[in-house]
Amino acid sequence: MQNLELIFFIAFAIIAIYSAIMMVTRRNPISSALFLILNFFAVSGVYLLLKAQFIAIIQVLVYMGAIMVLFLFVIMLLNLHDENKLSESITYRKITAVLLSILLMGLLFVTFFFGFMGKKSEIHETAGTIGKAEFLGKELFLKYAFPVEIAGLLLLAAVVGAVVLAKKKFE
Amino acid sequence: MVELNYYLGLSSILFAIGVIGVLVRRNAIIIFMSIELMFNSINLSLISFSSFLGDVTGQILVFFIIAVAAAEAAIGLAIIIALFRNKGTVNIDEINILKW
Repeated sequence: MQNLELIFFIAFAIIAIYSAIMMVTRRNPISSALFLILNFFAVSGVYLLLKAQFIAIIQVLVYMGAIMVLFLFVIMLLNLHDENKLSESITYRKITAVLLSILLMGLLFVTFFFGFMGKKSEIHETAGTIGKAEFLGKELFLKYAFPVEIAGLLLLAAVVGAVVLAKKKFE
Repeated sequence: MVELNYYLGLSSILFAIGVIGVLVRRNAIIIFMSIELMFNSINLSLISFSSFLGDVTGQILVFFIIAVAAAEAAIGLAIIIALFRNKGTVNIDEINILKW
């Protein structure tokens, strides 16, 4: 049972990292978007391992269902062609950027991986309860009712703004 | 047993790949997708803290982050469409009207 959890974690982690790297390196934007969907799928599997069922489902519905469809629609609307090969457009700026990002990765990894080593080895026993829609819904609508209203207002503003921006022909 | 630091290590690797995407790619849509990847890695670390500590606040925060990310995606893609209509490109090296 415990080994099974580790096997699933490693499988999801490998899928997530592989699809993230493929997303960054593909020339065609559509295959980038599809690899990003694969990455979201793997991360939602990791959420299930963490017993956050509701957030995992929301990830599938909202990110993979709504946001990525929007991305794919825009990519197909714009009718972009493939970019230049990455190896043909290497500049000193890009090399520096990659080196600094790898440095950042090392820093974050050392801090998080070795800093928290052995601190928490098991998921809290109440994690299965708090990840449920029932518990989260009670928290959201009783304790965090005002932020939920603000989020609704924000989404309304975003819808109006998107319509105005995409409709208007600038002079 | 999968410990807390494995989840945090995965989250930091995904975040750094997102940073590489933002810095190296020139296509505005792919930069946008890399930002979504970074959002996702932050969500992962918040949720892992939330379930290892047994505290619901992290998951509530992730819920609001997803709502804001949806709003941000709608607005950002509308801006990209408006830019493409005016400039005929989404390469951010050629979009420099605000650059001094």
